[in-house]
Amino acid sequence: MADVHNIPLTRVGPEGASPALVLAEYDTPAACMHAAEKVRDAGYTHFDVHTPFPVHGMDKAMGLKDSRLGWIVATMAILGFSAAVGLITWANVISYPFVVGGKPPLSIPAYAPVCFELTVLFSAFGAVFGMLGLNKLPQHNHPIFESDRFRAVTDDKFFVSVECADPKYDESGTRALLESTKPNHIEIVEDNEP
Amino acid sequence: MSNDGPIQDIGEKHLVVPGTTFRKITEAVSRVTENPAPRGWWIMFLAAVSFTGVLGLAIGYLFFRGVGVWGNNSPVGWAWDITNFVWWVGIGHAGTLISAVLFLFRQKWRTSINRFAEAMTIFAVICALLFPGIHVGRVWHAYYMFPIPNSMSIWPNFKSPLLWDVFAVGTYFTVSTLFWFVGLIPDLATLRDRSVNSVRRMVYGFLSLGWRSSNRHWQNYERAYMILAALSTPLVLSVHSVVSFDFATSVEPGWHTTIFPPYFVAGAIFSGFAMVMTLMLVARVVFKMNDLVTMTHVELMNKIILATGTIVGYAYAMEFFIAWYSGNEYERYVFLNRAFGPYAWAYWTMISCNVISPQLYWFKRLRTNIPLSFVISIFVNIGMWFERFVIIVTSLHRDFIPSSWGYFHPTPVDIAIYMGSLGLFFTLFLLFIRWVPMIAMAELKSVLPEASAHHHAHDDHDHHHAQPAKAE
Repeated sequence: MADVHNIPLTRVGPEGASPALVLAEYDTPAACMHAAEKVRDAGYTHFDVHTPFPVHGMDKAMGLKDSRLGWIVATMAILGFSAAVGLITWANVISYPFVVGGKPPLSIPAYAPVCFELTVLFSAFGAVFGMLGLNKLPQHNHPIFESDRFRAVTDDKFFVSVECADPKYDESGTRALLESTKPNHIEIVEDNEP
Repeated sequence: MSNDGPIQDIGEKHLVVPGTTFRKITEAVSRVTENPAPRGWWIMFLAAVSFTGVLGLAIGYLFFRGVGVWGNNSPVGWAWDITNFVWWVGIGHAGTLISAVLFLFRQKWRTSINRFAEAMTIFAVICALLFPGIHVGRVWHAYYMFPIPNSMSIWPNFKSPLLWDVFAVGTYFTVSTLFWFVGLIPDLATLRDRSVNSVRRMVYGFLSLGWRSSNRHWQNYERAYMILAALSTPLVLSVHSVVSFDFATSVEPGWHTTIFPPYFVAGAIFSGFAMVMTLMLVARVVFKMNDLVTMTHVELMNKIILATGTIVGYAYAMEFFIAWYSGNEYERYVFLNRAFGPYAWAYWTMISCNVISPQLYWFKRLRTNIPLSFVISIFVNIGMWFERFVIIVTSLHRDFIPSSWGYFHPTPVDIAIYMGSLGLFFTLFLLFIRWVPMIAMAELKSVLPEASAHHHAHDDHDHHHAQPAKAE
C-alpha cells in the first residue's frame, strides 16, 4: 500500500471528546460495497454502510442476517384478526344481540369485511412501527451527525462507518483498513456520548 | 433494486433522461420546496383556498339548518353527498394502485409519479370522509358510527355494509398515510441535510426521525415497504368493493347486482388515473419536471386509462344484458329509464366521457399528445362523477311507489359543498407540492443505471446505443 496516508483525514465533533466512529466517503455504490466486504472480512461487527438509496447486494456484502420484520407483522395480523372476531362477537352476539334483516346475531359471513380490514390495519401498524423499532428510530441525536460531509449521504455520496465500540477497532489498524479501500476522505467523528 | 437497463427489443426506454445523475435528481426535486413559489402556484393556491372557504361556510350553514338545505328528498335520500363520497374514494384508488400494485409488479416507471399519486390518495380520502360525516344530519352524533362503549349500552350493527364502510375507508386512510410517510422518511432527510436555515433543519429533521441512510435500516425499511405494498394491494380492492356493497346488498333495482364490486374497482382505478394525469401534467408544467416525468409516463398512464375505461364500458353493457336476461321487470325498467328517461342526459354524458373518449388512446399519436391527455383526463373525471350520480339518483328517483316519483334538483348548498371539496383537495395538494418532495428521490435514484454496484462508468457500451427517452 504505497498510497497509505495519502487519503485526507479530519477530526470532527465537540472539543475534548473521545472518538465515536470512523467514517469513510466514496463516490460510487461499487466502491462502497467493496469496502463493506473488506470490513466484513476483517471481522468487524459494529460497522454500517450509509447510502442515499438501498443498494442491491449490500446486505450480503455486510454479512447481515435477514430482517425479522415479517415475524412482527405476522403476529400483528393474528392479533388484528382476533381483535375483530372478539369485537364483533362481543358487540353483536353477547352484549347487544339484535336481529336485522332476518340474519341471526352470529352470522359469520358478515364478519368478513371487518375482520379483513382490522387484520390489514394491525399488520400495517406492525410493519411501520416494527420497522422503526428494529431500527431504533426516531433517534435524533447520533454522533454521525457531527460530520458535515455526511450531509451528502442523502444526496449522492456513499459512506462506511466503523464504530470505536467494535472489539476489532484500533485507531491505526482501522484507518489503514479503510484507506486500503480508496475512499475520498476519512473522518474521525468524536462525541461525548459514544 | 437491481437495474438491468431497458430492453430495447421490446421498445423499452430509459426511465429518466439518460445523463441524469443522483445530484440532478436531488436538485430538481428539492429546489421546488426551497425556492420561492412560482406565480402560477400562488394563483392556483389563492383560488383553491377561496373554494375551501366556501366549503367552510356551506358546511356551517348545513350544520345550522340541517340536511334539508340539500336537494335530497324521498325517495332520493342519497344524492350528491354520496355521489361525491364514492367519486372521491375512487379517485384515491389510483394512488394506491401506483404505489402498491405497480411496486409488486416491479413496474419501475412508477417511481417518478408514485409520491404525488399517494398524496392525491390521502387528500381524496379526506374529501371523501367529509361527506358521510356531514350526511348523518346530527353531526354531533357522528361518533355513533364507531364501536365505542357508551352509556346507552348499544353497539353498531356489524352486519351493515355502512359500518363495513367505516372500517374499510378508515383503514384505507390510515394505511395510505403510513405508507406515504414511510416513503417520505429518506426524502425528508435529504431536505434536512440541504437546509440552510435552522427552522427548516428543525422541522425536516424532526419529521425524518433521525434517518441516517444506514444499510442496517434500509434492510428493515425495504422489507416494511414491501409488506405495506402487499397489504395495500388487497386493501385497495376491498375498499371499493365494500363501497359497492352499500348499494349491492340493498334490494333496490339498479343496485342489487353482483357485478358491482369489480365494476366499482375498475371505475375507481380509471377515475384515479385520470386525476393523477390531470395533476401530473399541471405539476410538470408549473415546476418544469419534464426530465423526470417523461412522455413514457404519460403514454403508460394513458394505456391504463384505455384499459380500465374499456372494462367500465363492458360493465355498463353487462348491466343492461343482465337486466334483460334476469327477466325482472323492475330491473328492466330501471335500465331503460336510465338510458332513455328524464336522466338520459346524465347517462349519455357518462357514456361519452367514460367509454367513448378513452378509445382515442388506441392511437399512439393521440396518447402521446399532452393537451389531448389533459382534456381527456378532465372528461374522465366528469364522466366518473356522472357514473355515480347515474347509479344513485336514477335508481332512486322512480321507486316502487309511482306516486312518489320525482326529479332531483341540487340546491346551491349542494353545489357549494361539492366545489368546496375540490377547493380543499387542491389546497392540500398545492401545500404538498410546495413543502414536501413531490417525487420519491431515493427511489428514483435507485433506478438509475449508476445505482447498481455492478455498473462501471467506462463500460456502458449498451447505454450508447440506447434510444434516448423523448422529453417534452
